Amino acid sequence: MTKKDVFVLQDILLGNAQAAAAIRRELETRGILAINLLSSPGAGKTTLLEALADRFKGLARIAVIEGDIETERDAERVRAKGVPAWQITTGGACHLEAKMIGKVLPEVPTDIDFLFIENVGNLVCPAGYDLGERLRVVLLSTPEGDDKPKKYPKAFTTADVLLLSKADLRPYLPFDIEKAKAEALALNPKLRVFVVSAVSGEGMDEFVAFLLNARREIASRA
Amino acid sequence: MHELSLVASMFETLLDQARVHKAKRITGVKIQVGALAGVVPELLESAFDAYKKGTIAEDAVLTTVKPPFTVRCRSCGNESVRDDFVPTCPACGAADPEIVHGLELILEKIEMETDDPPSPA
Repeated sequence: MTKKDVFVLQDILLGNAQAAAAIRRELETRGILAINLLSSPGAGKTTLLEALADRFKGLARIAVIEGDIETERDAERVRAKGVPAWQITTGGACHLEAKMIGKVLPEVPTDIDFLFIENVGNLVCPAGYDLGERLRVVLLSTPEGDDKPKKYPKAFTTADVLLLSKADLRPYLPFDIEKAKAEALALNPKLRVFVVSAVSGEGMDEFVAFLLNARREIASRA
Repeated sequence: MHELSLVASMFETLLDQARVHKAKRITGVKIQVGALAGVVPELLESAFDAYKKGTIAEDAVLTTVKPPFTVRCRSCGNESVRDDFVPTCPACGAADPEIVHGLELILEKIEMETDDPPSPA
């Protein structure tokens, strides 16, 4: 019997990283901007997608992949807006992984402009998994409280965009927009921040313009 | 709570490497879990202990090292450990950080027993 030390020095999530890289390549070759939406349950991800579906009508073609532990509810809400949607039910898993997206991708039309992936509602685990997105968008809604960025730092450190959502509820809540923004920017100085309400429409023009611009950059390289 | 899925992913590599090196047993596994990896080492150890039963790594001990959140300033080059995960440079105040440690989840080393003759020292 011989003892042997094998130095591997390999990412434990290498399989996920490889699957994500393949997805990113495939989508960007087609000029599709993929967006991974992250937040706690109930921060307004699906409502945001419904509002985006309305705003993108006639402007851009979108598709949605929904991740939930159970039910088709979110996909049904998005389909009701005329947007093709696929539901992944994880059956208990707290996050989506790139391989789950890879399985759905062959069914997604190739002539879309945006692919939105709504992750399982959870501000912790999804932050660890690259899904092949170009933009990671984290939502923090006003009822959740302005102290969340430092309590759940990884989601904010790894995101590209922060949406302070449900801004229309500000008059009724002690949420301090500037404090939440400052705390998130302290963790991630590169974060783009938008204050939005899918209900009142506040900030949505700016966010839509930002998305269209990001998609043009991808398309010009495709 | 995705520690079990991480362990499952880690076992794919462990079993692959055991085959490559014709291991009889895996006795130890060393991993790096960054301070901002979003993983609780104790939970990872419990998941590892549950997963290893009946495998070639049945008696393996999991050791975890936890690299602190470390950033390098792209402006002045200063490297600093930030326990509060705020990456602004403490030396020059610039907000242009590169994260060098803290997000990693790395399988560093596998200790195994093989039937190979010992290699000459």
